[in-house]
Amino acid sequence: MSTFLNISKIDMVFPTPKGDFTALKEVDLKIKQGEFISLIGHSGCGKSTVLNVVAGLYQATKGGVVLNNKHVLGPGPERAVVFQNHSLLPWLTAYENVELAVKQVFSKKMNSKEMQEWIEHNLKLVHMDHAMHKRPDEISGGMKQRVGIARALAMQPEVLLMDEPFGALDALTRAHMQDSLMEIQDELKNTVIMITHDVDEAVLLSDRIVMMTNGPAATVGEILEVTLPRPRDRIQLASDPHYNELRSKVLKFLYEKQRKVEVISPQQATPTKEEKQSSSEVA
Amino acid sequence: MTSLTEKLQPGKVNLPSWLSKQLNHLGKVIMPLIGIICFLFIWSLSASNIDTSLGKFPGPSAVVTQLGNLHQEHMDERSKEQAFYVRQDKRNADRVAKDPNYVAKIRSYTGKETFYQQIGTSLITVLSGFLLAAIVAIPLGIAIGLSKSLNSAINPMIQIFKPVSPLAWLPLVTMVVSAVYISDDPMFAKSFVNSMVTVTLCCLWPMVIQTSVGVASLNSDWLNVSRVLRLPAFTHVQKIVLPATVPAIFTGMRSALGIAWMVLIAAEMLAQNPGLGKFVWDEFQNGSSQSLSRIMSAVFVIGLIGFLLDRGMLVLQRTLSWDKTSASL
Repeated sequence: MSTFLNISKIDMVFPTPKGDFTALKEVDLKIKQGEFISLIGHSGCGKSTVLNVVAGLYQATKGGVVLNNKHVLGPGPERAVVFQNHSLLPWLTAYENVELAVKQVFSKKMNSKEMQEWIEHNLKLVHMDHAMHKRPDEISGGMKQRVGIARALAMQPEVLLMDEPFGALDALTRAHMQDSLMEIQDELKNTVIMITHDVDEAVLLSDRIVMMTNGPAATVGEILEVTLPRPRDRIQLASDPHYNELRSKVLKFLYEKQRKVEVISPQQATPTKEEKQSSSEVA
Repeated sequence: MTSLTEKLQPGKVNLPSWLSKQLNHLGKVIMPLIGIICFLFIWSLSASNIDTSLGKFPGPSAVVTQLGNLHQEHMDERSKEQAFYVRQDKRNADRVAKDPNYVAKIRSYTGKETFYQQIGTSLITVLSGFLLAAIVAIPLGIAIGLSKSLNSAINPMIQIFKPVSPLAWLPLVTMVVSAVYISDDPMFAKSFVNSMVTVTLCCLWPMVIQTSVGVASLNSDWLNVSRVLRLPAFTHVQKIVLPATVPAIFTGMRSALGIAWMVLIAAEMLAQNPGLGKFVWDEFQNGSSQSLSRIMSAVFVIGLIGFLLDRGMLVLQRTLSWDKTSASL
């Protein structure tokens, strides 16, 4: 299959009062249609920056992103984002949150009846149809994230960008959400880029794991193909030697080759917005 | 002996949970009650020691009596008014009976304004001034919050006008209103427009500032949602900015309404515009032995109304705002 999403030699430099801060250096990645990619790396390595560049929320200093033969110049619904802390609008119900996206993307293609069905279909897909008229503060963290995913899926994006979608959830909810996501992925076969800190999550969900080196000037360190057959079952995989081998490869990369140096260097003493975000993700 | 003290110490006795809950509940009532009783005690004690040229400073009982008087005066005035209309109707009916071509003249009653009417006038004025300010301030605040350059352009003016006392605005407003607001049959009395505009000028700024700060400190995730969806500018304001700013708008409105009420009383006193402020000033000028207790009654009523206005805003905020946590007491 040919390249669907081409992240081509991206440099990202943030100007700071103390001079330029190079967050990313020559990040190069080619993604095929329908592929599930995980970006993994230590906090502050610029994973979120890569995602934001693909989303169009940041403009790369050098290089660029080409999606489906179109140059990415700004944010758009064809690159839907599932934000880390769900970012649902708290004054709208789950249904209305999805509706806002659907109305914006499909108001010319669908009539109101079709839109309603499409919204309900997407909420059903994430098993939120029972609580679709509840507001975000009335539902749990996992449910909020489900609605966030439904909102992104409802845009029918060419690529789905997920910024640590399950980072803020407890382990059990997280496992449940991962299973849900695999189930949805089997059905929709979206092209997905997901950021994660969780090695198990990366191996379980991905077709390829992109491991990033530590910042500053972070870049793609290694890429690991995950050839485990689908559908995958977490309990069976736990005793699968291939799974464990993949898992240890990622762990080795993170904890041997890219061991996080604990000494605080001057640049890390003034964390960029990116780093602040990541550090809160870990907590 | 020891056993008795042990029994009296509440910490050592395990009270049943319903009882301690009741005591807790009672504490919420008892403590304010104790506070009020102490206040009344100190007030009446010090009042009886203050001699003014208008007699002793009014204590609590004088104020209570006076509130009764004010109510009685209102009722008397109402019955006078009714009697006037009855007389007028009868007179007109008689004239028409004598001369069928006679066109009856209806005059409205022009007795002096009672305390209740002054309260009514003040409330209408403060709410009109406040609404006018809100209509200007909220869109202006949103515009300033959205645009950094507009903010830097307008901010100096806001900072300069914000601390200006209503008493400084009033002469200007009075002169401008009498020069500009000319009409043979004015819909509103000039004095009403004066007070209202002064109130507007003073409570505009906190609302503008709070609204613009609310817009400028919008959650960046919500902005990103809007950007990813490529919401057009108008939809962005309508669907994201405005609802997100509602809590901040209400905060601004609450503090503005408090300011508006304080400003209004001062404006009414100084400009002799009808209302509670004029009532206070008239009583002061009147200088009878009743005056101080009547002023003191007005002080309590003013305070009570200010409190009720604030609570009213709070109830409104609780009903309308999605963010219930920001609508706490």
